[in-house]
Amino acid sequence: MGAGHAHRLYRHGHSPVHRLPPHCKLAAVLCFVVVVVSTPREAMWAFALYAVLLGAVAGVARIPAGFLLKRMLIEVPFVAFAVLMPFVAQGERVEVMGVSLSVSGLWGAWNVLAKGTLGVAASVILASTTELRELLLGLQRLKLPPLLVQIASFMIRYGDVITDEMRRMRIARESRGFDSRGIRQWGVLGKSAGALFIRSYERGERVHLAMMSRGYAGSMPVIDEVTASRAQWARALALPLSALAVCLLGWTL
Amino acid sequence: MHVPDGFIDIPVSAATGVIAAGAVAVSLRGTRRELDERTAPLAGLVAAFIFAAQMLNFPVAAGTSGHLLGGALAAILVGPYTGVLCVSVVLLIQSVLFADGGLTALGVNITNMGVVTVVVAYLIFRGLVKLLPGKRGSVTAAAFAAALLSVPAAAVTFTGMYMVGGTTDVAAGTVFTAMVGVHTLIGIGEATITALTVGAVIAVRPDLVYGARGLTVPLQLRVGGRLVDAAPAPAPAPAAAPPRSSRKVWLTGLGVSLVLAGFVSFYASSDPDGLEKVATDKGIDKEAEDHWLGDWPLADYGVEDITGARLSGGLAGVIGVGVTVAAGSGVFWAVRRRRNSAQSADSAGSGESWKAAGGAESRAEKTV
Repeated sequence: MGAGHAHRLYRHGHSPVHRLPPHCKLAAVLCFVVVVVSTPREAMWAFALYAVLLGAVAGVARIPAGFLLKRMLIEVPFVAFAVLMPFVAQGERVEVMGVSLSVSGLWGAWNVLAKGTLGVAASVILASTTELRELLLGLQRLKLPPLLVQIASFMIRYGDVITDEMRRMRIARESRGFDSRGIRQWGVLGKSAGALFIRSYERGERVHLAMMSRGYAGSMPVIDEVTASRAQWARALALPLSALAVCLLGWTL
Repeated sequence: MHVPDGFIDIPVSAATGVIAAGAVAVSLRGTRRELDERTAPLAGLVAAFIFAAQMLNFPVAAGTSGHLLGGALAAILVGPYTGVLCVSVVLLIQSVLFADGGLTALGVNITNMGVVTVVVAYLIFRGLVKLLPGKRGSVTAAAFAAALLSVPAAAVTFTGMYMVGGTTDVAAGTVFTAMVGVHTLIGIGEATITALTVGAVIAVRPDLVYGARGLTVPLQLRVGGRLVDAAPAPAPAPAAAPPRSSRKVWLTGLGVSLVLAGFVSFYASSDPDGLEKVATDKGIDKEAEDHWLGDWPLADYGVEDITGARLSGGLAGVIGVGVTVAAGSGVFWAVRRRRNSAQSADSAGSGESWKAAGGAESRAEKTV
């Protein structure tokens, strides 16, 4: 309990980015990513400018570079895929250090790498400056169906509980001498997954009964309504708007 | 399998986003039938289970391991609507929180991994359960086959999306072979894990498995040494569905189509599409003649006398949607009138009054 009640991805702080209302941040990140994806890939300088913009946001949010980079490791599988592209794509070929590579494949790899990395960085900044509860409120403010938001909130609240349950089952298995090395152990693991499902489902039924006994009638009470002033919207949209300017330059130049 | 940003271009991402949003909307309605008012906590907990189960590593050999994707498992354990919702929520959270899968590619990811896997798996599962004898073993076998085919089906869908809106020109055959080949292998693992898990749940709580609901044996009582069927519990009356206006659905659909046709087509690629390109490259189109409507004002998706290819294309799209909607509504209206008159003719139709959406849904259930 000493670790606080925030999720592992959140980085506590009091920067201007932390203080922005969550739905402004969500909208800003979404618009930014759309702008990035619709930029022509030949405008390499535009992507450098986007990276500078994101770096500025991270600086304002006081997120250390090391923290950001470590989180971005999640995209490593795509880097591997992108590296493969120049070898398998068709079209005219170019010799780079004695290896024949496809020109369009190189462009494609660059395209996926640049846009994917910027998208991941934007999402990481969003997740590290916004608390989970706020994110859900933001999704609700952005008019996601309330039922979907409720399901998502239950998933997030109980995700750690279920993961911990799975961890305890693993410890119980291993303390009884279980060692999973190959396909022959799948039967035990399948039974564990089945038991985990039953426990999750029964927990869901108990949670539902507990909610009913406290007066749940299909919708969650709204305790803290988040609102955004015009100035906050302007500050949040500064990122996608400046990105849009870069994108338009990229199309015209 | 999570597609990052920039992999699929904006028009295709937008189109798949609309498909995903539609599927989620349909599932939100359908899941109330599967779970009634317990929807939020139960679907949330099942989503948490899918999320956790994806972290459960199944060792294959020599240090490599695989994990569950969960679409087929969710469909069989909790039903197709709840399954789509759970997997979609997991994908949404993974994208927003964990940066796993791009935000703009969310539509692609949900359509592929949430909708296609769940729907394919559930259809195959239902079909096989109907065919096989009604025993527990056949549920497990059907689960195996459903999960086995659902993963390559998603790979095929992805290849289709990639062909239409991919940002690199890797040959279609290469992508298809690689994707389907790899995902058939993944599908075997997925199928084994799914069948084992479903089997484990059926052994303990068969009442929880949505796909095994038809297999419950009626309760029998031993009265004076003889087995007598117990009186069936009175089935709860289905809650009356609130009357919904088809007008709202119709107007929303019209609005979305107009926006898509008018604005999104601005961004659509002006290059010839794949088939046209192949045709040009291979010289197939030498013999192709222009369509017999080739010189009417809307030919080639553009409006004559309007300069600017994008504006003209958008306008043509809007006009096209208008014409299609008018024609479609006309057909629908005519069919409904005929049905109504036919029904009122045969003794006021014994409670089977025609409802625009309800009728279609109940018939769909019978065929599944």
